[in-house]
Amino acid sequence: MASTIRVRATSNGDVTEVQALIQHPMDTGLVKDAQGTLIPPHFIQQLTFEHNGKKVFLADWGPAVAKDPYVKFSFKGAAKGDDLKISWVDNTGATDTTTAKIL
Amino acid sequence: MRVRLLFPSALTALALTLLAQLSFAADAPDPVADAKAFQKYFTTKFPKLKPDDFVNGPYSMNEDMHRQWEEKEQFPPYEFALEAGKEMFATPFKTGKTYADCFANGGIGIRQNYPYFDEKEGKVVTLELALNRCREANGETPYSYVKDEMASLTAYMAFTSRGKPMDIKIPNDPRALAAYESGKRYFYTRRGQLNFSCASCHVQSPGERIRAEILAPALGIMNALPIYRSEWSGMGTTSRRLITCNSQTRAVPLEPQSDEYRDLEYYLSYMSNGLPISGPGARP
Amino acid sequence: MSMIRKSGDRFSGRIMRKESAMRNIALATVLLLSGAMVPALAASEADFKAAYAAAEAAEKDAGALRNRWTTAEAALAEAKKAAAAGDFDAALAAAKEAEALARASIFQATSEKDRWKDAEIR
Repeated sequence: MASTIRVRATSNGDVTEVQALIQHPMDTGLVKDAQGTLIPPHFIQQLTFEHNGKKVFLADWGPAVAKDPYVKFSFKGAAKGDDLKISWVDNTGATDTTTAKIL
Repeated sequence: MRVRLLFPSALTALALTLLAQLSFAADAPDPVADAKAFQKYFTTKFPKLKPDDFVNGPYSMNEDMHRQWEEKEQFPPYEFALEAGKEMFATPFKTGKTYADCFANGGIGIRQNYPYFDEKEGKVVTLELALNRCREANGETPYSYVKDEMASLTAYMAFTSRGKPMDIKIPNDPRALAAYESGKRYFYTRRGQLNFSCASCHVQSPGERIRAEILAPALGIMNALPIYRSEWSGMGTTSRRLITCNSQTRAVPLEPQSDEYRDLEYYLSYMSNGLPISGPGARP
Repeated sequence: MSMIRKSGDRFSGRIMRKESAMRNIALATVLLLSGAMVPALAASEADFKAAYAAAEAAEKDAGALRNRWTTAEAALAEAKKAAAAGDFDAALAAAKEAEALARASIFQATSEKDRWKDAEIR
């Protein structure tokens, strides 16, 4: 199955800018379907970006984050060609992970 | 006495015939002139914009929104729908054929030709309609006009036409002109308890706010469809947008792909001839 | 934009025509609704049924003109619901409102039929 994580990381030598788009329903658990039954909560709880084994960005999320979340941030200490590992865990215990090269 | 009466009545008859011909000419729709006036209206209203800018709707109407749009385009939220659409497009039907077999050029780079007037059928055919007809011709159930599958499919087809100028044709056929005129009439007619026409927002008030949203100009409004709307948290079809616009004015929407909507799409797309396809788009 | 204008106003122009259209719709709605506001003895099921039938018929006409309003549909549904619960006063009121809204939508469809040309970009 294709990865749910779309990522682009670019470095200008000093600062690396990371953009990621993650495919996830991020259901709050408060919405009812057409039949009137509550759609159970299904959202990412933790999102981690790692570089050289070190966590450079850690997000603790909840139902307030919208569907298909987009994240953008910058960090220092990486170089072009380095690997960036992204992984998430949701409230059902499901996970996904991907590794991208910093361009 | 009869001779005397005959002369004036003949003159009257001639005068009436001439008048009738003149009024017919005045009433006959002139899409070329209409489109010219339409585009001029908007380019005059927004002199700082280039004609092509209009296809970005609200993002060209406001500086802050334009900055947000530029950022969004770096990593568009419609990527998932686009990929899904590409996959769907390539997946064969029960019959073994694919969508490519139903369309000119295998369905690639043709979105700008839709809607078109089908002279055999005597009606306007939109891209969504053509896609579902393709499905039915191959033993598949048609997709809902307002759900994800149709949105993903049309997103992919629009993407293959990005940058191509809208190229709607109105054949020299009174039925085509009638459909065009019907679409124009729908566009300008007030409806719903709130008594808005499409023009109320998109001709009279582009760039202004309705509640928290900035209104898009009618020029170029079809070029960005289908759109990923943050409000919908997903991709939505042209049909869905027309229907929700109706219900937002408290008008009960018509059936998707009903004659009125097809004609409206025909008229509005023609008004934007020459402007580039920017779909699939992203909107607030 | 003032909704009240002197009846003898001879001012003509696009804005006036649009405003008078809105005023006329507003007037029509008010006139029809005022009928519903007259206090009456407790409504009977028969009263409700008659009002509901009238509302439904008007809404059907609006549908034939392809110009139904969501609020008219909602009022009809509310009337049906109240009647099912046995509250015929509320049901009657809702049915009358539904008819008023349906009639206003018919008025809109007929009066706007040619008025669109005023708004057309030329």
